[in-house]
Amino acid sequence: MSLEAKVKEIIVENLGVNPEQVVPEASFIEDLGADSLDTVELVMAFEEQFGAEIPDEDAEKLTTVGAVLEYLKGKGLGED
Amino acid sequence: MNKRRVAVTGLGVVSPVGHDLKTFWERISGGVSGIGPITKFDATDYDTRIAGEVRDFDLDPYIPKKERRRMDPFCHYGLPAAALAVADSGLDLAAEDPWRTGVIVSSGTGGLQILQEQMKVLLERGPSRFSPFMIPQMITNILSGLIAIRFGVKGPNVCVVTACASATHSLGDSLRIIQHGEADMMLAGGAEAPVCELGVGGFCAMRALSTRNDEPTRASRPFDAERDGFVPAEGAGVLVLEEWDHAVRRGARIYCELAGYGRTCDAHHITAPDAEGEGAMRAMRLAYEDAGLTAADIGYINAHGTSTLLNDKGETLAIKRALGPEQARKVMVSSTKSMTGHLLGAAGAIESVACALALKNGVLPPTINYEYPDPDCDLDYVPNEAREVQVQACLNNSLGFGGHNGTLCFKAV
Repeated sequence: MSLEAKVKEIIVENLGVNPEQVVPEASFIEDLGADSLDTVELVMAFEEQFGAEIPDEDAEKLTTVGAVLEYLKGKGLGED
Repeated sequence: MNKRRVAVTGLGVVSPVGHDLKTFWERISGGVSGIGPITKFDATDYDTRIAGEVRDFDLDPYIPKKERRRMDPFCHYGLPAAALAVADSGLDLAAEDPWRTGVIVSSGTGGLQILQEQMKVLLERGPSRFSPFMIPQMITNILSGLIAIRFGVKGPNVCVVTACASATHSLGDSLRIIQHGEADMMLAGGAEAPVCELGVGGFCAMRALSTRNDEPTRASRPFDAERDGFVPAEGAGVLVLEEWDHAVRRGARIYCELAGYGRTCDAHHITAPDAEGEGAMRAMRLAYEDAGLTAADIGYINAHGTSTLLNDKGETLAIKRALGPEQARKVMVSSTKSMTGHLLGAAGAIESVACALALKNGVLPPTINYEYPDPDCDLDYVPNEAREVQVQACLNNSLGFGGHNGTLCFKAV
Protein backbone atom coordinates (compact mmCIF):
# COMPACT_ATOMS: atom_id res chain seq x y z
CA MET A 1 0.00 0.00 0.00
CA SER A 2 1.34 3.45 -0.87
CA LEU A 3 2.13 6.08 1.73
CA GLU A 4 -0.85 8.13 0.52
CA ALA A 5 -3.24 5.19 0.82
CA LYS A 6 -2.00 4.27 4.29
CA VAL A 7 -2.28 7.85 5.58
CA LYS A 8 -5.75 8.15 4.11
CA GLU A 9 -6.83 4.94 5.79
CA ILE A 10 -5.64 6.13 9.19
CA ILE A 11 -7.44 9.45 8.81
CA VAL A 12 -10.67 7.80 7.68
CA GLU A 13 -10.51 5.37 10.58
CA ASN A 14 -9.66 7.93 13.26
CA LEU A 15 -11.88 10.80 12.21
CA GLY A 16 -14.79 8.79 10.82
CA VAL A 17 -14.78 10.76 7.54
CA ASN A 18 -15.36 9.62 3.96
CA PRO A 19 -12.24 8.73 1.91
CA GLU A 20 -13.23 11.36 -0.74
CA GLN A 21 -12.88 14.11 1.88
CA VAL A 22 -9.27 13.21 2.53
CA VAL A 23 -7.55 15.41 -0.07
CA PRO A 24 -4.10 17.03 0.36
CA GLU A 25 -5.50 20.51 1.03
CA ALA A 26 -7.98 19.30 3.68
CA SER A 27 -7.38 20.77 7.14
CA PHE A 28 -7.93 18.30 9.96
CA ILE A 29 -9.72 20.78 12.18
CA GLU A 30 -11.53 22.97 9.67
CA ASP A 31 -12.48 20.43 7.01
CA LEU A 32 -12.42 17.04 8.69
CA GLY A 33 -14.08 17.92 12.00
CA ALA A 34 -11.17 17.02 14.26
CA ASP A 35 -10.66 18.58 17.67
CA SER A 36 -7.34 19.05 19.48
CA LEU A 37 -7.55 15.59 21.08
CA ASP A 38 -8.27 13.99 17.70
CA THR A 39 -5.13 15.55 16.24
CA VAL A 40 -3.00 14.18 19.10
CA GLU A 41 -4.44 10.73 18.51
CA LEU A 42 -3.92 11.03 14.77
CA VAL A 43 -0.24 11.87 15.15
CA MET A 44 0.15 8.89 17.50
CA ALA A 45 -1.43 6.67 14.86
CA PHE A 46 1.04 7.93 12.21
CA GLU A 47 3.91 7.28 14.60
CA GLU A 48 2.78 3.73 15.14
CA GLN A 49 2.11 2.99 11.51
CA PHE A 50 5.41 4.35 10.24
CA GLY A 51 7.59 3.55 13.24
CA ALA A 52 8.56 7.19 13.63
CA GLU A 53 8.70 9.59 16.50
CA ILE A 54 7.08 12.90 15.68
CA PRO A 55 8.14 15.59 18.18
CA ASP A 56 5.40 17.95 19.42
CA GLU A 57 6.99 20.93 17.67
CA ASP A 58 6.71 19.07 14.33
CA ALA A 59 3.22 17.73 15.11
CA GLU A 60 1.91 21.28 15.58
CA LYS A 61 2.66 22.03 11.94
CA LEU A 62 0.85 18.99 10.58
CA THR A 63 -2.50 20.71 10.13
CA THR A 64 -3.43 19.38 6.69
CA VAL A 65 -3.34 16.02 4.94
CA GLY A 66 -0.74 17.36 2.51
CA ALA A 67 1.53 18.55 5.32
CA VAL A 68 1.51 15.06 6.80
CA LEU A 69 2.35 13.44 3.47
CA GLU A 70 5.22 15.85 2.84
CA TYR A 71 6.56 15.42 6.36
CA LEU A 72 6.54 11.64 6.20
CA LYS A 73 8.09 11.62 2.72
CA GLY A 74 10.74 14.08 3.89
CA LYS A 75 11.70 11.65 6.63
CA GLY A 76 11.90 8.85 4.11
CA LEU A 77 9.06 7.01 5.80
CA GLY A 78 6.37 4.81 4.36
CA GLU A 79 8.58 3.39 1.63
CA ASP A 80 8.65 -0.37 1.65
CA MET B 1 -42.42 25.37 52.42
CA ASN B 2 -44.67 24.73 49.49
CA LYS B 3 -42.71 22.24 47.44
CA ARG B 4 -42.91 22.02 43.69
CA ARG B 5 -44.10 18.55 42.72
CA VAL B 6 -42.16 16.29 40.38
CA ALA B 7 -43.59 13.92 37.79
CA VAL B 8 -41.85 10.95 36.21
CA THR B 9 -42.60 11.36 32.52
CA GLY B 10 -39.99 9.34 30.64
CA LEU B 11 -38.17 6.04 31.16
CA GLY B 12 -35.19 4.49 29.37
CA VAL B 13 -33.31 1.25 30.05
CA VAL B 14 -30.45 -0.71 28.54
CA SER B 15 -30.20 -3.85 30.64
CA PRO B 16 -29.60 -7.59 30.89
CA VAL B 17 -33.38 -8.01 30.62
CA GLY B 18 -34.00 -5.86 27.58
CA HIS B 19 -33.39 -2.50 25.95
CA ASP B 20 -36.95 -1.32 25.50
CA LEU B 21 -39.61 -0.81 28.14
CA LYS B 22 -41.93 -3.46 26.79
CA THR B 23 -39.33 -6.26 26.90
CA PHE B 24 -37.94 -4.99 30.20
CA TRP B 25 -41.35 -5.05 31.85
CA GLU B 26 -42.37 -8.40 30.35
CA ARG B 27 -39.26 -10.00 31.80
CA ILE B 28 -39.27 -8.16 35.13
CA SER B 29 -42.93 -8.94 35.76
CA GLY B 30 -42.59 -12.40 34.22
CA GLY B 31 -39.73 -13.45 36.46
CA VAL B 32 -37.21 -13.97 33.66
CA SER B 33 -33.53 -13.93 34.64
CA GLY B 34 -31.01 -12.01 32.54
CA ILE B 35 -27.99 -13.73 34.09
CA GLY B 36 -25.66 -15.95 32.03
CA PRO B 37 -22.04 -17.00 31.64
CA ILE B 38 -19.60 -14.11 31.10
CA THR B 39 -18.85 -13.63 27.40
CA LYS B 40 -17.22 -10.18 27.47
CA PHE B 41 -13.84 -11.43 28.64
CA ASP B 42 -12.23 -14.76 29.41
CA ALA B 43 -13.36 -15.40 32.97
CA THR B 44 -11.82 -18.87 33.26
CA ASP B 45 -9.54 -17.90 36.15
CA TYR B 46 -12.18 -15.99 38.12
CA ASP B 47 -14.19 -17.44 41.00
CA THR B 48 -17.29 -15.81 39.52
CA ARG B 49 -17.87 -16.50 35.83
CA ILE B 50 -21.46 -15.27 35.50
CA ALA B 51 -22.97 -11.83 35.04
CA GLY B 52 -25.93 -9.88 33.79
CA GLU B 53 -24.61 -8.74 30.41
CA VAL B 54 -26.16 -6.35 27.92
CA ARG B 55 -26.64 -8.54 24.84
CA ASP B 56 -27.62 -7.83 21.26
CA PHE B 57 -27.78 -4.10 21.73
CA ASP B 58 -27.36 -2.17 18.50
CA LEU B 59 -25.50 1.08 19.15
CA ASP B 60 -25.83 2.36 15.58
CA PRO B 61 -29.01 4.39 16.11
CA TYR B 62 -27.50 6.11 19.15
CA ILE B 63 -23.77 6.68 18.80
CA PRO B 64 -21.82 7.14 15.56
CA LYS B 65 -18.79 4.85 15.18
CA LYS B 66 -16.21 7.60 15.62
CA GLU B 67 -17.75 8.75 18.91
CA ARG B 68 -18.15 5.20 20.10
CA ARG B 69 -14.43 4.47 20.05
CA ARG B 70 -13.99 7.40 22.39
CA MET B 71 -16.38 6.26 25.08
CA ASP B 72 -16.10 3.65 27.76
CA PRO B 73 -18.88 1.04 27.62
CA PHE B 74 -20.66 2.67 30.57
CA CYS B 75 -21.44 5.56 28.21
CA HIS B 76 -22.44 3.12 25.46
CA TYR B 77 -25.30 2.18 27.79
CA GLY B 78 -25.93 5.52 29.46
CA LEU B 79 -26.23 7.74 26.42
CA PRO B 80 -28.80 5.48 24.67
CA ALA B 81 -30.74 5.09 27.94
CA ALA B 82 -31.00 8.89 28.11
CA ALA B 83 -32.10 9.08 24.47
CA LEU B 84 -34.73 6.39 25.09
CA ALA B 85 -36.03 8.22 28.16
CA VAL B 86 -36.29 11.55 26.33
CA ALA B 87 -38.05 9.87 23.39
CA ASP B 88 -40.43 8.13 25.81
CA SER B 89 -41.27 11.43 27.51
CA GLY B 90 -42.35 13.03 24.24
CA LEU B 91 -40.37 16.13 25.19
CA ASP B 92 -38.88 18.23 22.44
CA LEU B 93 -35.87 19.50 24.36
CA ALA B 94 -34.77 21.68 21.46
CA ALA B 95 -37.95 23.70 21.94
CA GLU B 96 -37.46 24.08 25.71
CA ASP B 97 -35.32 26.64 27.52
CA PRO B 98 -31.92 24.87 27.62
CA TRP B 99 -31.02 26.46 30.96
CA ARG B 100 -34.04 24.85 32.66
CA THR B 101 -33.06 21.22 31.95
CA GLY B 102 -30.25 19.48 33.81
CA VAL B 103 -28.57 16.10 34.00
CA ILE B 104 -27.34 13.83 36.79
CA VAL B 105 -26.58 10.43 35.31
CA SER B 106 -23.80 8.86 37.31
CA SER B 107 -21.91 5.64 37.71
CA GLY B 108 -20.34 3.80 40.62
CA THR B 109 -17.00 3.20 38.96
CA GLY B 110 -17.05 5.13 35.66
CA GLY B 111 -14.64 4.14 32.91
CA LEU B 112 -13.16 0.97 34.37
CA GLN B 113 -12.60 -0.68 31.00
CA ILE B 114 -10.67 2.21 29.49
CA LEU B 115 -8.57 2.37 32.65
CA GLN B 116 -7.78 -1.32 32.30
CA GLU B 117 -6.94 -0.96 28.62
CA GLN B 118 -4.68 2.04 29.11
CA MET B 119 -2.90 0.44 32.06
CA LYS B 120 -1.93 -2.31 29.65
CA VAL B 121 -0.67 0.32 27.19
CA LEU B 122 1.46 1.85 29.93
CA LEU B 123 3.00 -1.46 30.97
CA GLU B 124 3.58 -2.79 27.48
CA ARG B 125 4.42 0.31 25.48
CA GLY B 126 5.23 3.10 27.89
CA PRO B 127 3.72 6.44 28.88
CA SER B 128 4.08 8.09 25.47
CA ARG B 129 1.38 5.80 24.07
CA PHE B 130 -1.49 6.85 26.36
CA SER B 131 -4.60 7.82 24.41
CA PRO B 132 -5.47 11.53 24.65
CA PHE B 133 -9.00 10.27 25.24
CA MET B 134 -8.12 8.21 28.31
CA ILE B 135 -9.01 10.83 30.92
CA PRO B 136 -12.22 12.10 29.28
CA GLN B 137 -13.33 8.48 28.77
CA MET B 138 -12.56 7.40 32.28
CA ILE B 139 -13.99 10.19 34.40
CA THR B 140 -17.31 9.20 35.89
CA ASN B 141 -18.95 12.58 35.26
CA ILE B 142 -18.32 12.44 31.50
CA LEU B 143 -21.68 10.75 30.95
CA SER B 144 -23.64 13.70 32.37
CA GLY B 145 -21.52 15.89 30.10
CA LEU B 146 -22.13 13.74 27.03
CA ILE B 147 -25.88 13.71 27.63
CA ALA B 148 -25.89 17.51 27.93
CA ILE B 149 -23.98 17.80 24.64
CA ARG B 150 -26.37 15.39 22.92
CA PHE B 151 -29.47 17.34 23.95
CA GLY B 152 -28.00 20.83 24.26
CA VAL B 153 -29.24 21.15 27.83
CA LYS B 154 -27.37 23.65 29.97
CA GLY B 155 -28.98 23.54 33.40
CA PRO B 156 -27.58 21.94 36.59
CA ASN B 157 -25.20 19.17 35.61
CA VAL B 158 -23.21 17.17 38.13
CA CYS B 159 -22.38 13.59 38.99
CA VAL B 160 -23.29 12.05 42.33
CA VAL B 161 -21.07 9.07 43.08
CA THR B 162 -22.03 6.82 45.99
CA ALA B 163 -21.10 3.33 44.73
CA CYS B 164 -24.23 1.17 44.50
CA ALA B 165 -26.45 4.04 45.59
CA SER B 166 -25.23 6.42 42.86
CA ALA B 167 -28.33 6.37 40.67
CA THR B 168 -30.70 6.66 43.62
CA HIS B 169 -28.88 9.70 44.93
CA SER B 170 -28.78 11.12 41.38
CA LEU B 171 -32.55 10.83 41.19
CA GLY B 172 -33.03 12.21 44.68
CA ASP B 173 -30.74 15.17 44.15
CA SER B 174 -32.49 15.84 40.84
CA LEU B 175 -35.81 15.87 42.70
CA ARG B 176 -34.38 18.51 45.05
CA ILE B 177 -33.11 20.60 42.14
CA ILE B 178 -36.58 20.74 40.59
CA GLN B 179 -38.30 21.27 43.95
CA HIS B 180 -35.93 24.10 44.68
CA GLY B 181 -36.70 25.75 41.37
CA GLU B 182 -33.24 25.45 39.82
CA ALA B 183 -34.56 23.48 36.86
CA ASP B 184 -37.88 22.26 35.48
CA MET B 185 -36.61 19.05 33.96
CA MET B 186 -33.85 16.65 34.92
CA LEU B 187 -32.50 13.59 33.16
CA ALA B 188 -31.44 11.41 36.06
CA GLY B 189 -30.12 7.90 36.59
CA GLY B 190 -26.99 5.83 36.26
CA ALA B 191 -24.90 3.58 34.04
CA GLU B 192 -22.38 0.87 34.79
CA ALA B 193 -20.08 -1.42 32.82
CA PRO B 194 -18.26 -3.57 35.38
CA VAL B 195 -18.13 -6.83 33.39
CA CYS B 196 -14.39 -6.74 32.81
CA GLU B 197 -11.31 -8.12 34.53
CA LEU B 198 -10.97 -5.17 36.94
CA GLY B 199 -14.65 -5.07 37.88
CA VAL B 200 -15.33 -8.76 38.35
CA GLY B 201 -11.88 -9.45 39.79
CA GLY B 202 -12.17 -6.62 42.29
CA PHE B 203 -15.52 -7.75 43.62
CA CYS B 204 -14.38 -11.39 43.62
CA ALA B 205 -11.48 -10.42 45.86
CA MET B 206 -13.98 -8.99 48.34
CA ARG B 207 -15.85 -12.32 48.33
CA ALA B 208 -18.96 -10.29 47.52
CA LEU B 209 -20.04 -12.25 44.43
CA SER B 210 -22.07 -15.41 43.96
CA THR B 211 -20.04 -18.38 42.74
CA ARG B 212 -23.05 -20.38 41.62
CA ASN B 213 -21.46 -20.58 38.18
CA ASP B 214 -23.24 -23.76 37.12
CA GLU B 215 -26.69 -22.26 37.56
CA PRO B 216 -26.47 -18.65 36.34
CA THR B 217 -30.20 -17.95 36.35
CA ARG B 218 -30.51 -19.21 39.92
CA ALA B 219 -27.48 -17.36 41.27
CA SER B 220 -29.10 -14.07 42.26
CA ARG B 221 -31.46 -15.15 45.04
CA PRO B 222 -32.10 -12.24 47.40
CA PHE B 223 -33.52 -13.09 50.83
CA ASP B 224 -33.27 -16.85 50.12
CA ALA B 225 -31.41 -18.89 52.76
CA GLU B 226 -29.00 -20.24 50.13
CA ARG B 227 -27.92 -16.86 48.73
CA ASP B 228 -24.17 -16.59 48.36
CA GLY B 229 -23.41 -13.12 47.01
CA PHE B 230 -24.46 -10.72 44.29
CA VAL B 231 -24.21 -11.19 40.54
CA PRO B 232 -22.52 -8.26 38.76
CA ALA B 233 -24.44 -6.71 35.89
CA GLU B 234 -24.14 -3.93 33.36
CA GLY B 235 -26.49 -1.46 31.78
CA ALA B 236 -28.13 1.88 32.42
CA GLY B 237 -31.37 3.51 33.41
CA VAL B 238 -32.47 7.10 32.93
CA LEU B 239 -35.68 8.78 34.06
CA VAL B 240 -37.09 12.10 32.91
CA LEU B 241 -38.19 14.07 35.96
CA GLU B 242 -40.39 17.04 35.26
CA GLU B 243 -41.97 19.77 37.31
CA TRP B 244 -45.59 18.74 37.74
CA ASP B 245 -47.32 21.73 36.16
CA HIS B 246 -44.91 21.69 33.23
CA ALA B 247 -45.83 18.05 32.61
CA VAL B 248 -49.55 18.68 32.95
CA ARG B 249 -49.46 21.73 30.66
CA ARG B 250 -47.95 19.77 27.81
CA GLY B 251 -50.29 16.83 28.35
CA ALA B 252 -47.44 14.45 29.22
CA ARG B 253 -48.06 10.88 30.26
CA ILE B 254 -47.20 10.78 33.95
CA TYR B 255 -46.04 7.39 35.21
CA CYS B 256 -46.00 8.42 38.86
CA GLU B 257 -44.83 11.15 41.19
CA LEU B 258 -41.36 11.19 42.68
CA ALA B 259 -42.51 12.50 46.02
CA GLY B 260 -39.83 11.89 48.62
CA TYR B 261 -36.17 11.30 49.25
CA GLY B 262 -34.10 10.30 52.25
CA ARG B 263 -30.36 9.89 52.59
CA THR B 264 -28.11 8.97 55.48
CA CYS B 265 -24.76 7.37 56.14
CA ASP B 266 -24.00 4.39 58.38
CA ALA B 267 -20.65 5.86 59.52
CA HIS B 268 -19.81 2.31 60.47
CA HIS B 269 -17.57 0.41 58.02
CA ILE B 270 -16.23 0.87 54.48
CA THR B 271 -18.25 -2.03 53.06
CA ALA B 272 -20.27 -3.86 55.70
CA PRO B 273 -23.72 -2.47 56.47
CA ASP B 274 -24.55 -1.50 60.03
CA ALA B 275 -26.02 -4.67 61.54
CA GLU B 276 -28.76 -2.70 63.30
CA GLY B 277 -29.90 -1.16 60.02
CA GLU B 278 -30.11 2.26 61.64
CA GLY B 279 -28.95 4.30 58.62
CA ALA B 280 -31.09 2.45 56.09
CA MET B 281 -34.08 2.64 58.43
CA ARG B 282 -33.77 6.39 58.75
CA ALA B 283 -33.35 6.86 55.00
CA MET B 284 -36.67 5.05 54.44
CA ARG B 285 -38.42 7.03 57.15
CA LEU B 286 -37.09 10.33 55.84
CA ALA B 287 -38.24 9.41 52.33
CA TYR B 288 -41.87 8.66 53.17
CA GLU B 289 -42.10 11.57 55.58
CA ASP B 290 -40.65 13.85 52.91
CA ALA B 291 -43.48 12.65 50.67
CA GLY B 292 -45.99 13.59 53.36
CA LEU B 293 -46.85 9.94 54.02
CA THR B 294 -46.79 7.55 56.94
CA ALA B 295 -45.57 3.95 57.16
CA ALA B 296 -49.12 2.70 56.59
CA ASP B 297 -49.13 4.27 53.10
CA ILE B 298 -46.16 2.25 51.85
CA GLY B 299 -47.48 -0.78 50.00
CA TYR B 300 -44.35 -1.90 48.18
CA ILE B 301 -40.59 -1.65 48.56
CA ASN B 302 -38.16 -2.35 45.74
CA ALA B 303 -35.38 -3.49 48.03
CA HIS B 304 -31.68 -3.09 47.54
CA GLY B 305 -31.78 -6.90 48.03
CA THR B 306 -28.38 -7.76 46.60
CA SER B 307 -28.38 -11.47 47.51
CA THR B 308 -25.46 -11.08 49.89
CA LEU B 309 -25.75 -12.57 53.34
CA LEU B 310 -25.31 -9.28 55.17
CA ASN B 311 -27.30 -6.92 52.98
CA ASP B 312 -30.51 -8.90 52.87
CA LYS B 313 -30.50 -9.58 56.58
CA GLY B 314 -29.69 -5.99 57.54
CA GLU B 315 -32.15 -4.50 55.06
CA THR B 316 -34.93 -6.74 56.36
CA LEU B 317 -34.31 -5.47 59.86
CA ALA B 318 -34.16 -1.89 58.62
CA ILE B 319 -37.53 -2.28 56.84
CA LYS B 320 -39.11 -3.65 59.99
CA ARG B 321 -37.80 -0.74 62.00
CA ALA B 322 -38.73 1.85 59.38
CA LEU B 323 -42.32 0.73 58.95
CA GLY B 324 -43.03 -0.73 62.39
CA PRO B 325 -44.04 -4.36 63.03
CA GLU B 326 -47.60 -4.05 61.76
CA GLN B 327 -46.89 -2.44 58.37
CA ALA B 328 -43.74 -4.58 57.90
CA ARG B 329 -45.98 -7.66 57.97
CA LYS B 330 -48.20 -6.16 55.27
CA VAL B 331 -45.72 -4.49 52.96
CA MET B 332 -44.69 -6.32 49.80
CA VAL B 333 -40.96 -6.29 49.20
CA SER B 334 -39.14 -7.53 46.13
CA SER B 335 -35.66 -7.43 44.70
CA THR B 336 -35.62 -7.15 40.93
CA LYS B 337 -31.87 -7.84 41.19
CA SER B 338 -32.97 -11.48 41.33
CA MET B 339 -33.52 -11.05 37.56
CA THR B 340 -31.22 -8.22 36.49
CA GLY B 341 -28.25 -8.90 38.73
CA HIS B 342 -26.66 -5.95 40.48
CA LEU B 343 -26.09 -2.98 38.18
CA LEU B 344 -24.17 -1.19 40.95
CA GLY B 345 -24.29 2.55 40.23
CA ALA B 346 -27.12 2.05 37.74
CA ALA B 347 -29.19 -0.21 40.01
CA GLY B 348 -31.25 2.55 41.60
CA ALA B 349 -32.22 3.81 38.15
CA ILE B 350 -33.47 0.59 36.60
CA GLU B 351 -35.18 -0.22 39.88
CA SER B 352 -36.88 3.17 39.82
CA VAL B 353 -38.04 2.34 36.30
CA ALA B 354 -39.43 -0.92 37.73
CA CYS B 355 -41.21 1.07 40.48
CA ALA B 356 -42.68 3.53 37.97
CA LEU B 357 -44.01 0.68 35.82
CA ALA B 358 -45.29 -1.21 38.87
CA LEU B 359 -47.30 1.83 39.97
CA LYS B 360 -48.53 2.54 36.44
CA ASN B 361 -49.47 -1.07 35.63
CA GLY B 362 -50.74 -2.14 39.04
CA VAL B 363 -48.40 -5.13 39.11
CA LEU B 364 -45.56 -5.76 41.54
CA PRO B 365 -42.52 -7.61 40.15
CA PRO B 366 -41.41 -10.73 42.05
CA THR B 367 -38.25 -11.85 43.78
CA ILE B 368 -37.28 -14.92 41.79
CA ASN B 369 -35.24 -17.89 43.03
CA TYR B 370 -36.93 -17.67 46.38
CA GLU B 371 -36.94 -21.28 47.59
CA TYR B 372 -35.60 -21.64 51.12
CA PRO B 373 -36.81 -19.29 53.84
CA ASP B 374 -34.18 -17.63 55.99
CA PRO B 375 -35.34 -16.96 59.57
CA ASP B 376 -33.53 -13.59 59.41
CA CYS B 377 -35.48 -12.61 56.30
CA ASP B 378 -39.13 -13.00 57.14
CA LEU B 379 -41.04 -10.40 55.11
CA ASP B 380 -43.37 -10.88 52.14
CA TYR B 381 -40.83 -10.90 49.29
CA VAL B 382 -43.40 -11.45 46.52
CA PRO B 383 -41.78 -14.84 45.88
CA ASN B 384 -41.35 -16.02 42.29
CA GLU B 385 -44.54 -14.60 40.81
CA ALA B 386 -45.63 -11.05 40.15
CA ARG B 387 -48.66 -9.84 42.04
CA GLU B 388 -51.48 -7.83 40.58
CA VAL B 389 -52.07 -5.11 43.13
CA GLN B 390 -52.32 -1.37 42.85
CA VAL B 391 -50.37 0.19 45.68
CA GLN B 392 -50.57 3.91 46.35
CA ALA B 393 -46.94 4.47 47.20
CA CYS B 394 -43.64 2.61 47.17
CA LEU B 395 -40.03 2.99 48.23
CA ASN B 396 -36.86 2.19 46.35
CA ASN B 397 -33.79 1.49 48.50
CA SER B 398 -30.13 1.65 47.55
CA LEU B 399 -27.23 1.09 49.92
CA GLY B 400 -23.69 1.74 48.75
CA PHE B 401 -20.18 0.82 49.91
CA GLY B 402 -19.05 3.70 52.07
CA GLY B 403 -22.25 3.37 54.08
CA HIS B 404 -24.29 5.57 51.73
CA ASN B 405 -28.02 4.98 52.09
CA GLY B 406 -30.64 6.40 49.76
CA THR B 407 -34.39 5.88 49.52
CA LEU B 408 -36.82 7.32 47.01
CA CYS B 409 -40.58 7.46 47.55
CA PHE B 410 -42.87 7.22 44.52
CA LYS B 411 -46.62 7.87 44.58
CA ALA B 412 -49.16 6.47 42.14
CA VAL B 413 -51.04 9.07 40.11
